[in-house]
Amino acid sequence: MTGWAGRLPEAGTGAGGRGSGEDYLDGNALAGPLSEIFAVDVTSARGRCGSCGAVSAIAQARLYVDAPGMVLRCPSCLGVLLRLREDGGQAVLDLRGLSYLTVDLG
Amino acid sequence: MSSAWHAADVAAVHEETATARTIRLRMAAPVRFLPGQHLDIRLTAPDGYQAVRSYSVAAAAAPDTLDITVEELPGGEVSPYLVRKLSVGDQLEVRGPVGGWFVWRPEDSSPVQLIAGGSGVVPLMAMVRAHAALRHPAPFRLLYSVRDPESVYYRQDLAALAAPGTLEITYVYTRRAPEGRPVGRLDARSLEASVLGRETDPAIYICGATGFVEAVSGWLVDAGYAPDRIRTERYGGMGGTA
Repeated sequence: MTGWAGRLPEAGTGAGGRGSGEDYLDGNALAGPLSEIFAVDVTSARGRCGSCGAVSAIAQARLYVDAPGMVLRCPSCLGVLLRLREDGGQAVLDLRGLSYLTVDLG
Repeated sequence: MSSAWHAADVAAVHEETATARTIRLRMAAPVRFLPGQHLDIRLTAPDGYQAVRSYSVAAAAAPDTLDITVEELPGGEVSPYLVRKLSVGDQLEVRGPVGGWFVWRPEDSSPVQLIAGGSGVVPLMAMVRAHAALRHPAPFRLLYSVRDPESVYYRQDLAALAAPGTLEITYVYTRRAPEGRPVGRLDARSLEASVLGRETDPAIYICGATGFVEAVSGWLVDAGYAPDRIRTERYGGMGGTA
């Protein structure tokens, strides 16, 4: 589509950006992928961690993109809140780490 | 599906600094944009390898035009291409604008304190521009921490929009300052002296590198600002890196 050359010879999965070492992103970065699944913005919803009970906005949790797919972790206890991966045209969303989500309507 | 990948045309490019570039994108259809939102950009190499990055929107013009600003990360996989090679007339695959958390909503009449570290100013600039375009009555204040004068984004636009009581701007220069201005990093004291007072209950938006965001939000909470009035965006994947 463009003249982009692609993967750098020694860049692994994205030097310094998404997928660099132990670095993590905000849950904000899930807005795009989740917009393909949900009609409302789920990153502004508040979720309760199934492990420690802390409540935080999805946007403020820690997103790790090095794992197979994306893994969202609780900012308090680092327990897994959500996993998302794409597989053969399907999105596989694992929400078992959240005991509930509060979503603003309208 | 509320959003998926679309082709956008590169309508213009503008060198913001020696290492950053603003890219004007014309989207395939009219867009609804909230200041603070980002776009995902997907590049595909001839061998099918793909990379996705998120970049904050710096400006929007109805109905279909969005500007992003990209800082080049040396050795990055995507940003050197966007900053050095992409040309007017090229197309990019984009998804969005997306994000409903780190956004300023004009129906909120609260005073607004914006705090930027480096290229973290990008989504905050979208808020500043929307505030000005609406002649919104809420007072805005921007605290902008930057290495040196040459690294400031949007300097002319910011100077034109600054006005007492409407948009007040404080620059913090961490490496080199214009003549007569101090050099130094933000700390808890200088931060508190520069931001809107607690008594005004400001909505606070902080965007920058992870360490900057965590230090600043921690100092504000220690100073008595309510955590639920502080929204943060670390630019790990939000423009500025990769």
